[in-house]
Amino acid sequence: MAGDFIRQLDDSGMGQGPSIAQRLHIDVTLLLLILTLCACSLFVLYSASGQNSTMVTRQATYFLIGLFVMLVVAQFHPRWFYMGAPWIYGAVVVALLLVLAVGVGAKGAQRWLSIFGLFRFQPSELMKIAMPMMMAWYLSSRVLPPRFKYILGSLAIVGLPAVLIIRQPDLGTSLLVGAAGLLVLLFAGLRWRWILGAAIVIMAAMPVMWYGVMHDYQKQRVLTFLDPESDPLGSGWNIIQSKTAIGSGGMEGKGWLQGTQSQLEFLPERHTDFIIAVYAEELGLIGVLLLLGLYLLIIMRGIYMASRARDTFGRLFAGALIVTFFIYVFVNIGMVSGILPVVGVPLPLMSYGGTSIVTLMAAFGVIMSVYMHR
Amino acid sequence: MSFELKDARLEKEIFARRSWLAIAVIICLLGVLAARMFYLQVMQHDVFVTKSENNRVQLKPIAPIRGLIFDRHGELLAENLPSHSLTIVPERVTDMDHTLGLVDALVDLSDEEIEEFRKRVKQWRRPYEAIPVKYRLSEEAIAKLMVNTYFLPGVQVEAELVRHYPNGPYFAHVLGYVGQMNEREKKRLDPVRYKATRRVGKIGLEKRYEDLLHGEVGYQKVETNAQGRILKVLDKEPPKPGENLHLHIDAKVQKVAADAFNGRRGALVAIDPTTGGVLAMVSSPAYDPNLFVNGISHKDYSALRDSLDIPLFDRASRGQYPPGSTMKPFIGLSFLQAGVTDWSETIEDRGWYMLENDERVYRDWKREGHGKVNLSRAIIESCDTYFYEMSFRTGIDQISPFLAQFGFGEDLSLDVGNALPALLPTREWKKIHRGRSWYAGDTLNLGLGQGYMLATPLQLATATSVFASKGVWNRAKLVEFINQEANVDDAPMAAIEIKNPADWDRMTRAMENVISGTHGTARGINRNLNYRIAGKTGTAQVVGIKQNEEYDSEALEERQRDHALFVAFAPADAPKIAVAVIVENGESAGLTAAPIARKVMDTYMAVERQRTQAQGGSYGG
Repeated sequence: MAGDFIRQLDDSGMGQGPSIAQRLHIDVTLLLLILTLCACSLFVLYSASGQNSTMVTRQATYFLIGLFVMLVVAQFHPRWFYMGAPWIYGAVVVALLLVLAVGVGAKGAQRWLSIFGLFRFQPSELMKIAMPMMMAWYLSSRVLPPRFKYILGSLAIVGLPAVLIIRQPDLGTSLLVGAAGLLVLLFAGLRWRWILGAAIVIMAAMPVMWYGVMHDYQKQRVLTFLDPESDPLGSGWNIIQSKTAIGSGGMEGKGWLQGTQSQLEFLPERHTDFIIAVYAEELGLIGVLLLLGLYLLIIMRGIYMASRARDTFGRLFAGALIVTFFIYVFVNIGMVSGILPVVGVPLPLMSYGGTSIVTLMAAFGVIMSVYMHR
Repeated sequence: MSFELKDARLEKEIFARRSWLAIAVIICLLGVLAARMFYLQVMQHDVFVTKSENNRVQLKPIAPIRGLIFDRHGELLAENLPSHSLTIVPERVTDMDHTLGLVDALVDLSDEEIEEFRKRVKQWRRPYEAIPVKYRLSEEAIAKLMVNTYFLPGVQVEAELVRHYPNGPYFAHVLGYVGQMNEREKKRLDPVRYKATRRVGKIGLEKRYEDLLHGEVGYQKVETNAQGRILKVLDKEPPKPGENLHLHIDAKVQKVAADAFNGRRGALVAIDPTTGGVLAMVSSPAYDPNLFVNGISHKDYSALRDSLDIPLFDRASRGQYPPGSTMKPFIGLSFLQAGVTDWSETIEDRGWYMLENDERVYRDWKREGHGKVNLSRAIIESCDTYFYEMSFRTGIDQISPFLAQFGFGEDLSLDVGNALPALLPTREWKKIHRGRSWYAGDTLNLGLGQGYMLATPLQLATATSVFASKGVWNRAKLVEFINQEANVDDAPMAAIEIKNPADWDRMTRAMENVISGTHGTARGINRNLNYRIAGKTGTAQVVGIKQNEEYDSEALEERQRDHALFVAFAPADAPKIAVAVIVENGESAGLTAAPIARKVMDTYMAVERQRTQAQGGSYGG
């Protein structure tokens, strides 16, 4: 009992006996940080949606569903994830194959799978969790750092779904799913000589891609990214308007509900992918720095929780998930502020949309499960 | 190959090392984002503030209010009335057919209106721009639409000021009308001044004075959203309304004149000889200029265009008629000026005239002839033979330049839109345009105001007015004041000098006898006349009558009958009004044209008498 007491002090510093949070396998610190972010999202969304309370209510509902999913996932002992990993991975790969065969979609992309016409889901979204789970399963049973043949095995595990998702076609998600898998490899202690070698190969491949493989429209997209003014009414419009929104916000911002770029509808996708531009316009640099700080706290707490996992599987799984979370944040804000090309990545827990919220909350559930079951 | 054991401690250590590395990289990358935001929000702040302002704020032009047009007594002839039009913003309509069906049920759309609307929806336009469907909604229609606003998203009732001509057809040819700007006008007119203007003067005074009537465009600084919808007005520079025009036209006289035609084809121009001001200018039949303001329907337009009476044609300033015997007072003066005769010389008229070496018989209108005729009698009874003889003596080279002094063959009006110069023949003209030399017979025809000669009613009235003021020129003008400023002639014409100024009076007396004399050709209008009119009748042949052919008006189609003309001024001793009338196919000038002139002069004299009495009363009292 005494030992338990001391450990509880270490972890949460709360009263005697297993607290409610502990019994529910919830990390209160992470939960509070996430709730802060959710509250922030609702406020910005109210402004970004043109004071549409229906949309805000719906987003709040998504958050509640997400929190419930998180709670449920956190109840599973990590060994269930370990045992289920190959099956879940296999099932999602099959789903991805089905998407290519019978999937539905719009604008020439096939991303959705319809279940008896009742509801639709995106298997590629599930792969964001299934991928690190499978990689952690695969590598945690090997001697680490992984040897060459297991590196090849890992690449096969990463490559198969990545290729399937590219075929949808959805390059952005494919890269993010691939990154989630490779992160596991990095956390497993992939040797620096392999990392360096891979970097050199990628560098060398870039000109070959440009002159040999890429289509003109893909080149055009890269060029537009490098110089958005070259196509101010087409694809450059979004970036010009979002930079204008951010820049005109200044240090203190124009005030909540006062952003002219967003309120007057100059900013496209303002409640989804470009919500940070609304936030930056209305709350200024100070608000942006606070938000980045909040993200940093969540990520640090996540990494800490991953490092305290009971086994290598948990560590690798949770670690890859939380860093993937960071990648989303970086890619989204980098894109909206014009230092990365435009790819459709929502800002985690800020952008409007149920799928992304539920997936992210499930990932946080995994992290909590890994941390709380020891 | 050595067998390796899993080392849990090592794996935990590797993870810890990599975690620290990850944290370091993450902090660096978040730093990059923060730096980027700092760059945009602090260093480039000014640039982006300007950009966002440019996005937000737009200058919207506001159309100026078109100047009003008044008659000489301040009666409104052209005004601007608020008109409500039904417009639709297609972007806000979910089901266009359904919406149009509902609107049709409420306010009754014609097929033409629906078709026109659908055509305009397909054309390029700014997103969220309202497209007009129906103009001039009635109060009832507006109410119906307002009540059903909820069921009609995207349907709006818009108010704008639209030109209206309260007197309809009465002033159609004087004022002309405004209509929707076409592509050619858009190119021609200053794009800045006309940025908000939808209608411009197409014809008549509206076109002639477009520049002054239009006014100056104003601006509104507005906040718009990305779709261009106005959300807020930030600043406003009001437009400058156009100048008001005050015409010489007397609305009452104009209406009396138009009514006097009673539907007959013809024209009348009345001028105040002391100013040159046009008191009335009528072309009959006319049309309703209001039809053109919002775009005339195809049916209405083809009806007007295809009518045999050509109501769209302004006979007063563009109708070119042989002036006939109305030229005799002017030509008579040219005889005196040339010195070929005097007031006392008489000739014997047997009803015909012949030239040496010419087989053609030049007939007098009176078959048996007028007997002994001098100049005075030749005017009163309109003796043709006398004029054949004297024209022959005077010759084209003296008659033509003399007539030119009265403005024949040239448009000398100051501001009558599209007036034509008509035709005053000369030797050179015939050589160039007919390729033949001038014959003595041509001069005889000219002496009767026939042959090649053509004049517009406006020219006839102007010449009569100049005659009435004894050669003093006042060019014909419609506009008296532009706002408060008088419309002055920058290039006034020199007065006509004749050898013996007393000839003006003697000729006037002869013309008075046309009305008051027992043999006067217009003696029919002498009844109950309480002022003195000097005038001259004329008839102009519509088809040439061949030699030895009986002139049987009964057999001719109504439209081939002679035109009846009459020129006159009154009072004869101190002229205040000069009139020229033509009644197409009116046959007898004394019976058709002269009574119209009498009505007009009666009306104007009564108006003038009232005015002087009122003035005298107020000054005297």
